[in-house]
Amino acid sequence: MTRLRQLLVCYRLQLRVMMFSPFEGFLQVFFPLMFATAALLVYRVNNDPAAMLYAGIGAAAMGIWTSQTTTAATLVQRERWAGTLELVVAAPTPFAFVVLPITFGMATLGLYSVVAVILWDWWLFDLPLQVESWPGFVLSILMATFSIALFGFLLSVTVVRYRTAWALGSALEYPGWLLCGFVVPLTVLPGWTQPLSWALAPTWGVEAMRDAAAGESPWFALAMCAAVGLAYAVLAAWLGERLIDSARRHATLSLT
Amino acid sequence: MTSVRVFFVGGLMSFRALFNWMNPWIFVPTILLGPITQILLFAYIGRAAGVGDDEFFIIGNALNYAAIPGMFAMTFTIGGERFAQTLGLVLVSPARRVPLFMGRALPVILTGWGTAMIGILSGVWVLDADIAAGAWPLVGLVVAVGAFATAGIGLVMGAINLVWRDGATLGNVVFLVLLVFTGTNVALEDLPAWMEPVGRCLPLTHAIEATRMLADGAAWGAVSSLVALELLIGAVYVVLGLVALRWLEDMSRRHATLDRV
Repeated sequence: MTRLRQLLVCYRLQLRVMMFSPFEGFLQVFFPLMFATAALLVYRVNNDPAAMLYAGIGAAAMGIWTSQTTTAATLVQRERWAGTLELVVAAPTPFAFVVLPITFGMATLGLYSVVAVILWDWWLFDLPLQVESWPGFVLSILMATFSIALFGFLLSVTVVRYRTAWALGSALEYPGWLLCGFVVPLTVLPGWTQPLSWALAPTWGVEAMRDAAAGESPWFALAMCAAVGLAYAVLAAWLGERLIDSARRHATLSLT
Repeated sequence: MTSVRVFFVGGLMSFRALFNWMNPWIFVPTILLGPITQILLFAYIGRAAGVGDDEFFIIGNALNYAAIPGMFAMTFTIGGERFAQTLGLVLVSPARRVPLFMGRALPVILTGWGTAMIGILSGVWVLDADIAAGAWPLVGLVVAVGAFATAGIGLVMGAINLVWRDGATLGNVVFLVLLVFTGTNVALEDLPAWMEPVGRCLPLTHAIEATRMLADGAAWGAVSSLVALELLIGAVYVVLGLVALRWLEDMSRRHATLDRV
């Protein structure tokens, strides 16, 4: 019960902090919105309704990925700059339980951008979302959000020793949009990229969204999305503890 | 002589400070990976949509990425001074403002040029596109003009950063406006009609158009007016930036907001 309360309080506080930050609250919605616009402007040239719908569904989810890349990469660094990293590490609460609610807060902001892009596509491109199974579609979005939050958790602990992690996080933005098939069918990409795409949970999340929208069963893709996401969580929890221990041993925790 | 020293030495030191002084590693994700991945993203979108060819997206996105150093570095030269609490010292110095700020623009223009050229070269290599060997020198020249123009708008943003603290958000917003309005991924005539006049007033639009024409084999005479227009737009933004810097510097002194972070 105490653990659940800690998670909820941390999630709520971090979400409020991020909502009031122009960089996180505004830009995390505006950035994918404009890239979705650029992508749909390309698709609009040939005005193929099927291609537009395909891109429109994937474009809606781009923001969830954006919500994690730059901000999750700088998560630990921001605690370090604020002088609170030592407190977080020294607290009896496991490090993972502090980081996870933050990445889930970030992913929640990604959900704002899903709604914003869907409405934007409808208004600007006259592209109403055609979904056969709304429950499946909503569940797919939530699963994509959940798994991307877990990816953010993994990313945040992986880059903990990289001083300019924000740049690395930013550099992941476009490859993620490409490899996860947000706006490009994976069949267009070179064959050797397929295993990379399968190892990225959003690939399955976006596929589940498209399956649900087309009236097909999204369950296999949803299960894969959950499984890959949970693998991220296990790896991140293990890696996080090891890196923290190492930083404490070498007294490098607060080095910026 | 002092102004020349401020221009070159001051500009170089400020630029090195942007990248944590001596750490070249940050160049890899920001300057090398960024343009290549953006080019790949839109080249594959183009392939999936059956629109344009790879060369179209390589040139558009490589030049668009020149805006990253052009705008962010110029903005953060001021934001970074404030963060380090040295902005007041810089502005009370007797150094003339034109060499002081234009000196900071020079390495930025060179970096923007290098970023775009690396983007074009690597895009051509990775996607096996074809740009005639004879076109490269003029392509390099036009890209330099585009990089100058983006540094111009960066100077305006740097000035705004004297009173608007969130330079990162502002830089991203302007970068995204350039992405959508300058014909980076969709030819101006294929954009909604109201977007073209907006794009014509922005840096990069004419440089992107001219570079594409050169890559397709056009002669210098066919693109010279576009390049002149790009140069003019860049110069207008530089003048606007310098005027705005003077005005906003005065305003921030009057309201004692210079060091507010």
